[in-house]
Amino acid sequence: MRSRQLSAGCGRVRRPAVYHFRMIRNTRPLRAKPFGLAAVFVAASVFGTPGLAAGAPHIPDTLQQRIAACTTCHGVDGEGRAASGYFPRLAGKPAAYLARQMQNFKDGLRKYAPMEYTVRHLSPAYMREIADYFAAKQVLYARSPVPLVAAATLQRGDQLLAKGDPSRRIPACSSCHGSQLTGVEPSTPGLVGLPYDYISAQLGSWRTHTRAMVAPDCMAEVASRLRESDITAVAAALASRALPADTRAQAAGSVTPPLRCGVLRATGGTP
Amino acid sequence: MRRRWWLAVVLLVVLASLWLLLRPGSDARIPSAASTVGAATLREPGLLARGEYLTSAGDCAGCHTAQGGSRFAGGRALPTPFGNITAPNITSDRETGLGGWDFEDFWQALHAGKGRHGALLYPAFPYTSYTRVHRDDALAIFAYLQSLPPVHQRGVAPALEFPYSVRRSLVAWRALYFRESEYKPDPAQSAQWNRGAYLVQGLGHCNECHARRDSLGGFASKRHLTGGEIPMQDWYAPDLSTGHNGGLQDWNEQDIVDLLKTGQSAKGAAFGPMADVVAGSTQHMTDHDLRAIAVYLHSLPARATPAGRARGSTPTAVVAHGERIYAKRCADCHGKGGQGVAGVYPPLDGNSAVTEPSGINATRMVLLGGFPPVTAQSPRPYSMPPFAQQLSDSDVSAVVSYIRHAWTNRAAPVRPEQVARYRHTPID
Repeated sequence: MRSRQLSAGCGRVRRPAVYHFRMIRNTRPLRAKPFGLAAVFVAASVFGTPGLAAGAPHIPDTLQQRIAACTTCHGVDGEGRAASGYFPRLAGKPAAYLARQMQNFKDGLRKYAPMEYTVRHLSPAYMREIADYFAAKQVLYARSPVPLVAAATLQRGDQLLAKGDPSRRIPACSSCHGSQLTGVEPSTPGLVGLPYDYISAQLGSWRTHTRAMVAPDCMAEVASRLRESDITAVAAALASRALPADTRAQAAGSVTPPLRCGVLRATGGTP
Repeated sequence: MRRRWWLAVVLLVVLASLWLLLRPGSDARIPSAASTVGAATLREPGLLARGEYLTSAGDCAGCHTAQGGSRFAGGRALPTPFGNITAPNITSDRETGLGGWDFEDFWQALHAGKGRHGALLYPAFPYTSYTRVHRDDALAIFAYLQSLPPVHQRGVAPALEFPYSVRRSLVAWRALYFRESEYKPDPAQSAQWNRGAYLVQGLGHCNECHARRDSLGGFASKRHLTGGEIPMQDWYAPDLSTGHNGGLQDWNEQDIVDLLKTGQSAKGAAFGPMADVVAGSTQHMTDHDLRAIAVYLHSLPARATPAGRARGSTPTAVVAHGERIYAKRCADCHGKGGQGVAGVYPPLDGNSAVTEPSGINATRMVLLGGFPPVTAQSPRPYSMPPFAQQLSDSDVSAVVSYIRHAWTNRAAPVRPEQVARYRHTPID
C-alpha cells in the first residue's frame, strides 16, 4: 500500500531517477542535526535494499529521536546555541531544575510562547525523562561572544558573582549557584558558560514578571534588588569567566541559601 | 405630511425595540424552590462517577481552567472577534463559583443559556450545543461540579466592545441563532448512531469549532461540521465528513477512534486546539462512545467540490524550491512519498491538516512543530522540530505549497505574506 502510494506520487511530480540519489546525499550533512541518525537509517535502507527504495523511513526508537522539537534549538546533546545567545545550554544541568522549568513554562510562570506551546501537553513523567536525558549529557562548552564592557563593569560583575553587595542586600550568586557557579543538585542551575544575552534576558524577565517560580520566589527578589547596570555587569562577567575544570553541579545540601526560596524549600538566613 | 407621520411611527418602533433590547435586565430569577433535586441525590456515587465522565466528555475543564490554574476555577480568557470572554469559576465555592446554585439554575444555563439571575449568557459558553444535553446528564454533571473542592477565585467581567458589551443585545443574537432544544433520537438510525450524534451535537460541542461562524459569530445550520477557521486562534478546524470531498475523506471508523483515543491515527495526528481536546477530553471516553462518534461522523454526507481547490498555480521554481526543502528537512520523517511512519509520524499525503482550504494548519505546524498530545496510549510521542528559526517566510511558503500539491494532494499554494502573518500569532 505504502509503496504504491509513493510510486504514484513520484510519477506525478516526474522526478528524474537520478534525483533520488542526489536527494539522499543531500540529507547527509544533517547528521549532526536531529534527524542525522534517521538519515543514516534511510540511506542504509535505500542503498542496502533497492527493492525498498520507496519504503517508509526507519525511525530509531530513541528518546533523542522523539524530542526533535527540543534538540532542534537546544542541540542534540543540549549544548545550546552559544552563537545565537538565546537558546541556553541544557546539558549537565540538574534534572529536577530542567523538569521544573518545563512545568513552569506549561503553567505560564515562565512566558515564552514557543516553549509554552512545545511543553503544553507533556506529562510530568515525560518531562522528567527529557530532563534526565539532558542532565546526563556532559559535552564541551562553546563560548559565546562577550560584549565590550568597561573593566569597572566586569569588576562589578565579578563582585556580584563572588561576594554580592551587602549594601543593597544582594547575595553573592555563588551563595546559591555553587562556589564555581556550576549549579547545585537537585534544583539550582549552573550559570557558567551561559551567553550574555540569555543571562541579561532572564534577569530582565524576573523583573517584568515573565519568569517566575513557586513562591517565595528568591530570584525575583534578587532581580528586583539589581540595578540595570548590575544586570549588564553580572551577565558580562559570567560570559567572560574562565570555565572551571569540573563543570558538574555541586552535591545536594552543599549550600545554605541566604534567601527564602520556595523551589529549594529554603527558609533563608539573612533576607 | 403623511410621509412624516410614517417616519414618526418607524422611529417609535425602532426606539421601542432598542429599549426592549437595551433596558436593564428584568428577568426574574428562576425560584430555587422549583428545584426538586435534593442534596442526597447529588451525592450518589453512581451519579458523581457518571458526572465526572460527562464533564470530561464535554471538556468543561478545557475552558474553565486557566494556564497553570486550579481545575474548573475559571480565569482562561477566550478571545473572540468581539472581545475577550473569561470563563467563570465553576467549582463549588459559594461566593465565586457555583456553590450557591441549585440544579435548576444550572439547567437554565446549560439548556437555555441563561445565568442564575436570568442574565443572557454570551455564546462563548456553547449552550448552542449544550441545549441538546439530556436533563439527567445535566444533573450528573451538576452533581460532579458541586462535589469539587471549592476554589475561591473571582471571575473577570467580559471585555467586549459596544454594542456587544450590552447583554441585552443577545436577545437579537438568540433570535437569529439559538433555539432551545433537546436531542431527539432519530428512530431510523441505530442506537449507536444516535449516541454518536448526541455526543457530537451536544456535549462534545464539535460544531463550535468545526463550522464557519458568520460575522456575528453564529452558525448557519447547513454548515454543520463543514469546517472553518477558528476565530482569533488562527487554526482551521476541518470539515468532519468522511465522504467524498469531506475533510476526513477516506478515514475509516478506526482512524477516528484512534485519533480521539491516542492523539494519532493512520491518517493524521491531533495538534493545536484538537490536541487539547484529545488530551483533556476524548482520550478519557469509552471505546463504546468513541465508536459511536465515528459511526455518526461516517454518516455525514459527501461534500461539494470546494471552490478554489487546486486553482492557484504555483510557479515551477517555487515548487522545485519547496521540493528541495522537503527532501532536506521533512522526508527523513514523513517519507519521500509523504506516507509518514505508522504510529510515529503522520502521513502528509491525503492528510486533511495539510490540504484544508486555508493552509493555516500546515503553515503553523511547520513554524511551531511540537508534540502531539500525551495520552495513556501514547505517553512518549515523537515530536516535530519548529522551523520558525530556520526557514524564511518564502521557504515555509514553498515547502507548504509543495506538500499541499504533492502526491495525491491538490490544495492551493500558500503565499509568503500568509506565513509572515502566522509567525506572529498567539500560541493560545
